[in-house]
Amino acid sequence: MKARLVLMGAIALAVGAAATSAYANKANDTLVYASDSEPENVSPYHNNLREGVIIARHVFDTLVYRNPDTGKYEPQLATKWTWVDPTTLDLTIRKGVVFHNGDPLTADDVVFTLNYVVSAEAKVVTKQNTDWIKSAEKTGEDQVRIHLVGPFPAAIEYLAGPVPIYPEKYFKSVGLTGFSKAPIGSGPYRVTKVDPGKGVNMEKNANYWKGSPQGQPSIGKLVFRVIPDAETRMAELMTGGVDWIWRVPQDQAVQLKTAPNISVLSAETMRVGFLQFDTLGRSEKSTPFKDQRVRQAIAYAIDRKAMLDNLVGGGARIMNSACFIDQFGCTDKDVPTYAYDPAKAKKLLAEAGYPNGFTTEIVAYREREYAEAVIGYLAAVGIKANLNYLKYAAMRTLIREGKAPIAFQTWGSFSVLDASAFTGVYFKGSADDMTGDKEVGAVLNDADTSVDVDKRLKLYQSALKTIAEKSYLFPLFSYPANYAYTSELSFTAQPDELPRFYAARWK
Amino acid sequence: MLHYTLQRLVVAISVAITVSIVAFFLLHLSGDIAISIAGPEATPAQVEAIRQQFGLDRPLVVQYLEWLWKAVRFDFGDSFYFRSSVVSLIASRIPVTLTLGAISLCLSLLIAVPLGVLAAVYNGTIIDRLALSFSVIGQAIPTFCLGLGLIILFSVTLRWLPVSGASTWKHYILPSLALGWYAVPAVMRLSRNGMLEVLSADYIRTARAKGLSPGVVIFKHALRNAIIPVVALAAVQFGFMLGGSIVIEAVFSMHGLGYLAWEAIARNDFPVVQAVVLILATIYVGLTFLADVLNAFLDPRIRLA
Repeated sequence: MKARLVLMGAIALAVGAAATSAYANKANDTLVYASDSEPENVSPYHNNLREGVIIARHVFDTLVYRNPDTGKYEPQLATKWTWVDPTTLDLTIRKGVVFHNGDPLTADDVVFTLNYVVSAEAKVVTKQNTDWIKSAEKTGEDQVRIHLVGPFPAAIEYLAGPVPIYPEKYFKSVGLTGFSKAPIGSGPYRVTKVDPGKGVNMEKNANYWKGSPQGQPSIGKLVFRVIPDAETRMAELMTGGVDWIWRVPQDQAVQLKTAPNISVLSAETMRVGFLQFDTLGRSEKSTPFKDQRVRQAIAYAIDRKAMLDNLVGGGARIMNSACFIDQFGCTDKDVPTYAYDPAKAKKLLAEAGYPNGFTTEIVAYREREYAEAVIGYLAAVGIKANLNYLKYAAMRTLIREGKAPIAFQTWGSFSVLDASAFTGVYFKGSADDMTGDKEVGAVLNDADTSVDVDKRLKLYQSALKTIAEKSYLFPLFSYPANYAYTSELSFTAQPDELPRFYAARWK
Repeated sequence: MLHYTLQRLVVAISVAITVSIVAFFLLHLSGDIAISIAGPEATPAQVEAIRQQFGLDRPLVVQYLEWLWKAVRFDFGDSFYFRSSVVSLIASRIPVTLTLGAISLCLSLLIAVPLGVLAAVYNGTIIDRLALSFSVIGQAIPTFCLGLGLIILFSVTLRWLPVSGASTWKHYILPSLALGWYAVPAVMRLSRNGMLEVLSADYIRTARAKGLSPGVVIFKHALRNAIIPVVALAAVQFGFMLGGSIVIEAVFSMHGLGYLAWEAIARNDFPVVQAVVLILATIYVGLTFLADVLNAFLDPRIRLA
């Protein structure tokens, strides 16, 4: 690790020494972007990787569009949608949209897509994104009716995100295998080449339908390259081999800022870091975390502002509720907050019967330095926490088996801007629920399925208040993302970790 | 010679089969394959259905024989992750790894053998020391470090070579250097020792006494005899390079067999892991077999022993 840091220093020096190179990619009108992993299948329903989501947003259209600037829903493939009742949604499909192969996009394609993805034979990987749909039917030439499994007011948010529309005729003729090699959508870019495991090439869809809320694409070609190593991605960016990288570690971002011809952007994401406690005492019968005062003491013991200022960096915000603050239903109004107060933490620990603190274990899987900072704060009030740093799947198994006293978790809500996508995972009795508070679960269930907007807001607020009062889950902060790209590119980032290259342009 | 070749061939085939058995059983013992296929969201009933569908509920020996029967006909099934045939996946990845391995081996031999000869001829002098130091650097630095160092020097600073990828011959230079350098010390020391031994032999003294030029003595009489153990070592080093390419392929973003194997292990993609292990083992065994036969051909003492 240390050797790598030294190397990175050397790279930074080399950047200073390097002459400004010719960035050929603006001249070629080709934007090369690199990331560390590749989707196993470019069919959007058959991968759950962020890189796959990016491709999906460029190649396919969705029924509804959420304007990232205003947060409002705008018509995309559906020009109109109406709730007939809480489990029936009617949509009018736009006319005149064509797929990349020239076939017109009709109500039949919408009905086919929705029925296909909920069928067992489709074997979709992203089940949670469509399992609220029961079926779809064509009720008129351009009319589609969606039947829901149960009331699900967040349906529009999902239709505006991970539910792209497929071409029925083409998909049926090539099957999933053929589709994954040459996918066809109606979005602003069309796929020209899929290199399984290596990358994807895309080209501007010159016939993209006029009036799309996404606007017309500007950059001619997009090339997605898989480069697993972070240092290699950085070197490629500096030599002009690629134009855009992301997930740049904070220390590299600081170095890249000094490099000529490279812009660094730090922006907030929807990912929230938090501590989860073994409230049920599954890890150990006599665990201190059964006591509310101990959980509150930990909340008082951690200086989140200092962590933000010194460690986490640009764009992040402190979170006080168990969700991402911009999600619908997420609020910290009337929710108790825990300001940094180590004296109060010690007092609460003493009241709970731990005047000299105790020893426990903390599991973590992402930024190790954040977990180590938390451990430092806990040590200052007498709690000795030993770090068990694991891969995500291994950590999740420990949590699900009830073997983790404290978990340092993060959750990105699948970019869904609805509080249900966060609280639903951790408080509704699923395997990831470490709290098991049935009352909170019931309130959240009402909130998730209620169609009355005001009632939903009130119910979420009440549940979030209880969660904070009892300190079931201690939210830390939202995570920033560092993007680095050639200065010739005009690019803006959104909190949903979805780079929109269709809106980017050359300067 | 024929008898010896057949004998080595039987050994080679037995080793390949043993490796396939060990790999198969280790993988099956390391986790429930049905759960891996079904994915984290699957219900126990779905896992059970998959177990039956893929025949995973049958005895392991039966499953192994079925896999072997298909494997000898180059049918390795489908990748759980990519949902495409393992053979096509491997076919698309193996050229990168073999090219990388071959170039690396050539590079390391081209550097190491002359260096070894030089060190032997100037035994004990500063040249000997320098040659040794140079070759050891390659082995002392971890390959990923060496790779990044080469990128900084030749790609970022000098801008002579591309950083990553495998699309042109230029892309192979840096990774081959990083990978090949690692094998230099072993080959160099072996050729140096071989040369030292041979140079003090009686027939070299005779050759020199006949008045032959030093070049003819060293290259025609000495090197030909000193090189024999190097042939065997080169085959073994090629095997190491196929393994070492896992790290190098990741650093240089070359999508070869090594990177595929690493990805497959991380994803519990059993059919791919099994096939790659078998193929790499077969290549390795094949090379060792070739080295044995070549050695026997070059040195009659081996095949007569």
